[in-house]
Amino acid sequence: MSAALQPDRDARPDEERFRYVLRLADTSLVLGQRLGEWVGHAPALEEDLGLANLSLDLIGQARLLLTYAGELEGRGRDEDQLAFLRDGVDFCNVTLAEQPNGDFARTVVRQCLLDGWQLELYSELQRSTDRRLAEIAAKALKETQYHFRYSAGWLVRLGDGTAESRQRVQNALDELWRFTAELFAADMIDEEMTTRGVGPDLTELRPRWLARIDAVLKEATLTRPADVSHPWHGKRGQHSEHLGYLLAEMQFLQRTYPGSQW
Amino acid sequence: MSGGGTRGDADARATAEEEVWRILARVPDPEIPVLSVVDLGIIRHVRSQGGRIHVGVAPTYSGCPATEVIRGLIERQLRAEGLTAQIEDVLSPPWSSDWISDEGRRKLKAFGIAPPEKTVTRVHHLFAAPVVACPRCDSTHTERVSEFGSTPCKAHYRCLECAEPFDHFKCI
Repeated sequence: MSAALQPDRDARPDEERFRYVLRLADTSLVLGQRLGEWVGHAPALEEDLGLANLSLDLIGQARLLLTYAGELEGRGRDEDQLAFLRDGVDFCNVTLAEQPNGDFARTVVRQCLLDGWQLELYSELQRSTDRRLAEIAAKALKETQYHFRYSAGWLVRLGDGTAESRQRVQNALDELWRFTAELFAADMIDEEMTTRGVGPDLTELRPRWLARIDAVLKEATLTRPADVSHPWHGKRGQHSEHLGYLLAEMQFLQRTYPGSQW
Repeated sequence: MSGGGTRGDADARATAEEEVWRILARVPDPEIPVLSVVDLGIIRHVRSQGGRIHVGVAPTYSGCPATEVIRGLIERQLRAEGLTAQIEDVLSPPWSSDWISDEGRRKLKAFGIAPPEKTVTRVHHLFAAPVVACPRCDSTHTERVSEFGSTPCKAHYRCLECAEPFDHFKCI
């Protein structure tokens, strides 16, 4: 293959691209871990299976992304080292993903907001100039479509349900909405990736995401909370207090018995 | 990619590749053993290059735990036949249930699993489930119990005619 056909790569390790892919990976990994906490505790067996299935998909997507991130970094770290041997400040998932499960309503709200976001994001990323990322996005998109169908379906059922279920999802929405601004706040890494055709312009994603979420909220008879300016920077490693506990559980085995295998 | 080689080399390669396809047709899916990995449509290519066999495998779902077991089964089966294979992950285009062979669909139904619809139809409406015929009595008077079943690729249904519960291999 001639050099001209190779994708645009700098000679030095591509730090921005590594960070960008790692953010996507961490959001899927952390959200997948959260959903896994429901196994054996969901309100019904069907939802136990449903949440576990979503978790499995997200962790699978995270594995593909982490493996790629490790290759971009070029320091020999594989998916396991990146998942299990990094500290909280080195995780760069969006802050919404790490928020605790709470009750089923809260989990459904968190899931729907993030599924809708990943739908828009992966739809764009499948056209990325980064071929590997485009392939992972196309694969993930197929799964994200039914994730959104599941979470949006439950949001409607609970919102347009009993007074109790409606109150619970509205409360969760009011509490979690403040984390959504971060999803569309582009920083230098996002801008660099947009310039290079690797990632979409996040500010352009927001109206499409909002239209999608608004349609669900309308059917669910819920009220969209007012926007707030966001102080959250999980993408830059500044997390809420909840991530540390999640990592303590997720990383326990590899931290205590380094290198142990099945 | 090498464009050289004699006609005889090309014939030898083609014969070697055909043999590998025949071997792979005997490698079962670990979760649905009536299906081979070839029936499932996950074998994307077989190439014989420089004495090595390259087998391209597409994952069904990105988190499917069977993926690694399948790789192991393929390697073991080929090794038993005296072949060393290099397994390559093929992500693009993403696997689709449309790739399950007609033979695979027939085997699924005989096994009691309703095969996926042939054409991918997007279900937009909330809670809308595809109409699936019961694999035992063929009635379409069925209902979905859960979109998520015993494995990532299956949904749980029940037949309202013959009262049997059954799995539906999801369309993706």
